[in-house]
Amino acid sequence: MSDPMAEIRASFFIECEELLESLQDGLISMENGDTDSETINVVFRAVHSIKGGAGAFGLDDLVKFAHRFETAMDEVRAGRFTPDSDAIRLFFCCADLLGDLVRAARDDITIPHNTTAPVLNELDRLVGCEDDVEEELDFTPAILSLDMGDTQGLPDITGLPPLSDAPILETDVSVTAPLPSAPKGFSIHFKPETSLYASGNEPLYLLRALRDLGDLVVTCNTQRVPTLNTLDPDDGYLSWHLKVLTEEPIEVVREVFEFVDGLCALDITPLSASSYDPIFSDSTDQVDLQTTLIDVSEPPVAPPQIEAPVENAAQEAVQPEPPQKDDIPPTETPEITQDTQKKQPSAPAKTTSTPTQPRATVRVDLERVDRLVNLVGELVINQAMLSQSVAEAGLPPNSPVSTGLEEFLQLTRDIQESVMMIRAQPIKSLFQRMGRIVRESSASVGKQVRLHTLGENTEVDKTVIERLADPLTHMIRNAVDHGLESPEKREAAGKTCEGSVTMTAQHRSGRILIEISDDGAGINRARVREKAIEKNLITEEMQLSDSDIDSLLFMPGFSTASEISNLSGRGVGMDVVKSSIQSLGGRITISSVEGKGTTFSISLPLTLAVLDGMVVRVGGETLVVPLNAILETLTLTDDDLKALGPETHVVQIRGGFVPLLDLGAELGYRSPQDSYVGRTVLLIGQEDGNRAALAVDAIEDQRQVVIKGLEGSYGRVPGIAAATILGDGQIALILDPTDLVSQATGKTKKRNAPVPIAG
Amino acid sequence: MSLEVLAVDDSRTMRDMLNLALSSAGFTTHLADDGVHGLEVLEGIEPDVIITDINMPRMDGFGFMNAVRSEERWSRIPILVLTTESADELKSKARAAGATGWIVKPFDPAKLVKALQMVAG
Repeated sequence: MSDPMAEIRASFFIECEELLESLQDGLISMENGDTDSETINVVFRAVHSIKGGAGAFGLDDLVKFAHRFETAMDEVRAGRFTPDSDAIRLFFCCADLLGDLVRAARDDITIPHNTTAPVLNELDRLVGCEDDVEEELDFTPAILSLDMGDTQGLPDITGLPPLSDAPILETDVSVTAPLPSAPKGFSIHFKPETSLYASGNEPLYLLRALRDLGDLVVTCNTQRVPTLNTLDPDDGYLSWHLKVLTEEPIEVVREVFEFVDGLCALDITPLSASSYDPIFSDSTDQVDLQTTLIDVSEPPVAPPQIEAPVENAAQEAVQPEPPQKDDIPPTETPEITQDTQKKQPSAPAKTTSTPTQPRATVRVDLERVDRLVNLVGELVINQAMLSQSVAEAGLPPNSPVSTGLEEFLQLTRDIQESVMMIRAQPIKSLFQRMGRIVRESSASVGKQVRLHTLGENTEVDKTVIERLADPLTHMIRNAVDHGLESPEKREAAGKTCEGSVTMTAQHRSGRILIEISDDGAGINRARVREKAIEKNLITEEMQLSDSDIDSLLFMPGFSTASEISNLSGRGVGMDVVKSSIQSLGGRITISSVEGKGTTFSISLPLTLAVLDGMVVRVGGETLVVPLNAILETLTLTDDDLKALGPETHVVQIRGGFVPLLDLGAELGYRSPQDSYVGRTVLLIGQEDGNRAALAVDAIEDQRQVVIKGLEGSYGRVPGIAAATILGDGQIALILDPTDLVSQATGKTKKRNAPVPIAG
Repeated sequence: MSLEVLAVDDSRTMRDMLNLALSSAGFTTHLADDGVHGLEVLEGIEPDVIITDINMPRMDGFGFMNAVRSEERWSRIPILVLTTESADELKSKARAAGATGWIVKPFDPAKLVKALQMVAG
């Protein structure tokens, strides 16, 4: 992206996302009863800034919509309209649409007008600013031209006589060339008031702007200038009679005086042949033209800033006049001209711009970060290989190579963490998108729902956030559609009409925990069970615990809604949600209390790139078990083991019993063993509190491994999360212990097909 | 003639655009993202002209102009107001706060440069 405008455009859309976020925040505050003017201002500013930028890029649809929205917000800001909850709901809707329009503009898509029209009409009806439609037409965005090199239309600065030179009387103004016929141009009387100077305006520059229009004849009237002792530096004493010869219409001349309109007495009349008098017969104070032109740069009217050279010159200009000679106005001398010119190059000749950037942030293409993440992954593998080689070489642990390697390991880890932090971002953006889902889905099923969010600043890997959007959307829709009752039922149950959906995010023991809960009726387990039997998912005799029944919701092909509403029933079930969470290395569990509501908990790894794992050997294979799943490791004794059947053992751990799983047998590497005494087991803890003991042959190592997804090339394998490359170059599978345990111990247990052997 | 310009706007896009337009015209550009920041930046520079947005967090354009005008050393610096509306009410309010002129957004870079030269040479 070498085109600066393309870059600004791209950055504009990024800024829009930020503005949309503060817009949402502001609206949420307003919804919660915040009437603080700054809150409303934030909302207004967000819309205003989007409109401003959109105008610059000629994004008409966006400008038009933002303008109407802004007008409405301005009514609120001015206190002419106090929004009720309906109005705020509409504002949310506008904010959503504004976001759509921003993205449509970004992706060069056109959103049909009939999408925005109803909302705009509603807005006009509510806030009452229909009459604004006409004004909107006046807002014609000017597309910013890239062609800054082309100075067409700009005053030709280089063509002007260098002002630092000595007076150039004859070249500056063509006074001596009387025009044969009626000249085109204007006669201007210009008498600034004191306020003109106070506003930072400068007559000199106005005269220069006039000179850019054509030949200019300047006569300065200095009659009002008093003697020094009575001169008020803040007052304006000079006035000018100007004649400009130009083909331009009067509007262009007026434009020059646009900023000083009302700050001066101004009279512009077209020149007639008779009035054109190059000799200034009407001038009482005839002065050298060039000198006058320059002298006005800092006339005696110059207010404060006495220390500047300009003012020195101005003072000198007055000084030659003895103060006692009251009636003699100051006259101009060549020296003054020279002096005043010194101030002209006021700007230092710096050619490059050195912008003072407010905050030190860098915007980086995500692809670049991803590449860095991948490279760091390779670095981790490389470091592991190196460690292994060093260990195999039999170097003592205190050798310089070993200690150096130790530092290298630490550094690798630090680099990896830092790189992951670059990609981490608050989950807030995702939560805000869910706000819209709640609003839209609740409206379509006629329920009143409020979304509460907690922990929205929890940082999550950006790629995880992106891939969470779909499953979360579905879960939110489910919560609104199935989880929450209708307002009537809620009232009957003694609840508030307005249902509530809460999303929380938090870091917990190296993972991210996201919970979505509603305060609805909870899972109707009898109904779920009935349905599952109907669908042949379970048999009638099966004894299922509550949580077993709840887990049925995740079974493929399950849907409890007897009528398919327009919200759910889109072909996506909770089983799809579960598998998308699993593909992120996450797990999803459900808990429900009848009459109180349902909570879905999603536990995710912090990153998709690396994990801390325990390297174990089972049946001649090397496997990696994620460290955060392991509660403890122990060696079994005879006393720990209890047999419940020929193939079923449990392990007694501190008074409790935990099912024993032979990893080798579960994965089909070999048949179950007769005795497990003396074997090493890994105690696995699950989100739902269930535990299991995994029997392995040996623990080899504990290390960080780089996750290499299998699904892209192989498909999903039950019990296996991914693969990795070990230090010796060998490929090892990474276990998904929870999946493995639930596969093995589940009531709907099926023997897995043997896992393909890696290598 | 190269000018030194301070541009104050809370919109990053607008700052980027101002920076592009001003730098392309050979001007030295300083940027600030609101009135408070603008005053901070102003401490270290001597701009020939200031461009400011009106709607900004912390300190808006009016507050900023008042603050600039109340300092004697800055009282003569021309200030152009960036505005999306050219309503007379806004103009007189801006002028009362010390504005020298105004630029209507979205601005045409050539006109921006012309306006700057009009007020600052």
